[in-house]
Amino acid sequence: MIQSDRPISAINDPAVRLREGAKRTVVWLMLLGVGLIMMYPLLWMFGTSVKTVDPQLIEQFGHDVTIFPTDHNILGNLFPEKWHWRNYLTIFDRVPFARYYLNSILIAAVATISNLVTCSLAAYAFARLQFKGRDALFICYLGTLMIPSTVTLIPTFILFSRIGLVDTYWAMMLPSMFSAYGTFMLRQFFLTLPRELEEAAVIDGCGLFRIYRSIVLPLSTSALATLAIFIFLGNWGGLLTPLVMVSSEQIKPLPLGLLSFTDEYTADWPLMMAASILSILPVIVVFLFGQRFLIAGIRLGAVKG
Amino acid sequence: MRQREALYAWLFLLPNLLGFMAFTLLPVLASLVLAFSAWDLFSAPRFVGLENFHDLIGLQARPEQAFASIGFVAIGMIVFAVGLFLYRRTRKQPEGEVVSRGWWPVLSIVLGLIGFGVLSVCVLNAYEPRTPRFWYYLYNTAFLMLGLPVSIIGSLFLACLLNRRLFARNFFRLIFFLPSVVTGVGIYILWSWIFNPNFGLLNMFIWQVFGIEGPRWLESTAWAKPALVLMNIWGTMGGMGMVLYLAALQSVNPELYEAADLDGASPWHRFWHIIWPLVYPTTFFIAIMGVIAGFQGGFDAAYVMTQGGPAGSTTTLNYFIYETGFNFFYMGRASAASWIMFLIVMAFTLAMWWHGNKKVH
Repeated sequence: MIQSDRPISAINDPAVRLREGAKRTVVWLMLLGVGLIMMYPLLWMFGTSVKTVDPQLIEQFGHDVTIFPTDHNILGNLFPEKWHWRNYLTIFDRVPFARYYLNSILIAAVATISNLVTCSLAAYAFARLQFKGRDALFICYLGTLMIPSTVTLIPTFILFSRIGLVDTYWAMMLPSMFSAYGTFMLRQFFLTLPRELEEAAVIDGCGLFRIYRSIVLPLSTSALATLAIFIFLGNWGGLLTPLVMVSSEQIKPLPLGLLSFTDEYTADWPLMMAASILSILPVIVVFLFGQRFLIAGIRLGAVKG
Repeated sequence: MRQREALYAWLFLLPNLLGFMAFTLLPVLASLVLAFSAWDLFSAPRFVGLENFHDLIGLQARPEQAFASIGFVAIGMIVFAVGLFLYRRTRKQPEGEVVSRGWWPVLSIVLGLIGFGVLSVCVLNAYEPRTPRFWYYLYNTAFLMLGLPVSIIGSLFLACLLNRRLFARNFFRLIFFLPSVVTGVGIYILWSWIFNPNFGLLNMFIWQVFGIEGPRWLESTAWAKPALVLMNIWGTMGGMGMVLYLAALQSVNPELYEAADLDGASPWHRFWHIIWPLVYPTTFFIAIMGVIAGFQGGFDAAYVMTQGGPAGSTTTLNYFIYETGFNFFYMGRASAASWIMFLIVMAFTLAMWWHGNKKVH
């Protein structure tokens, strides 16, 4: 089942090598099977997004381009013969999709950048500086880690409606500009950094802010990247907060935009799939470029538990 | 110097602390106050004590009892006590080593559950819940976690397969991991299309392979929850669990396997006696994290795919809170429900810490 590090004497035995090879092939085929099954929904999504429900097009190109096939063959029906790429443009005509997109990017970007700043500053104070009440405050931060976001949602909504910020960008941005989790994670990372450099800098008369900016931050790029990816992914797809806080069309982020889209074009699955693919595209890009940090972050989180 | 440092520290903390106060600490306290009041946002809030909690999870005496229950209470308590006793005994092991525990803990847990079940039946025989719907929503929330064991076993299986030198290994890891990253409304729309009873991928597959018509999935009270469970398995199997298992397996000393090989251990034996005890802490961590996330989850999927229906069959705790608070404006009751959720989550988190600390000794 596991690694094939055999005793040295066995490596040259042809029977053992044959068995190893066969085992490896079987494992590889199993992985391929599972991988195909797990990818199939996403492939199906893509396949649907280039089909159409337009009766005229169906008449022109044959029944193959529709999402309502006559035979139940999930392999043969995956992609149409004639790919209808126009769906991806049509979305932008039907609803202010570009607007939703920009809103989402703005919200996720603001959350990511401000988290990096606020969390790293606070984490540096918690990790390195001495002040009264530090440990009590840190325990306070830790204690809030397990509070479900639903608990704070209702009072936050009431707060925003009292100060007249409901239905503005601020209602979505302000609560996501800092996180106890990010502070905790960076503090743990800062504690693992060697102190010698900072001590030398203090002796040279270097200010605390300069130490933070020129020594601590450059040494922590991987932890900062991990946090950035977590925060970005966490703020990209969330539905509940915008749903509660926002109703105007102009400031809706993607999740809400997709919902109003599905309300209008209920049976037009190709259009909905095209819109959905566009909505997860940034996630896939971030994932592909940042998977190393993402995986490192998951392992770090487990150590904490 | 000291004072300067403290001043700097507070300056560094300031931005984060302001946000922490305004959007975490203050709301939590406000929510606690709200949980004990009745408020519809428009009239003045009114203090009602424990009424919200009583309405949600309170019991009331049944008008008539179906059968006498003193004997059953006794039986339940005895079985529960025996289970507890056995469980405590199995924990007394020689210190330090990883001990294979055999079937005793399983038996003790089963006995404990049976005793607990008998006791609950006795209680339910004499009392009935004031708001059965709320219990039904709790049941829904728990039901949606049924995929957890499957996805944990799947994660371990995939990690075991991936834990060797293989062609395109990183590519496979990427593919398995992707479904857990792409979450959100877009993916839920995709799954409502997959679960479409007439032209969805799943029912077409069922027709093609088995030649029968599939269920109506999201449109049926019986199949809506299993459908969501299936979707959750897809979304979690290759995610955090697989990554953690892979890390755990890679940290195992290969000499252990060699020793087992030399002793002629079968793969099954090797799995049960080497791998399983070694990844046990990881399994525990993944399971608890899954349960914690499960109690807080289910809103997005339910809102996009089913609107909590049909007939409330996919309404989870989270969805109920949203509905109560923002559709019906029972702010107090919604806050009380969110505190019930918090208490459940806290219980599981504490269980994890407690267990983790015990492991260290």
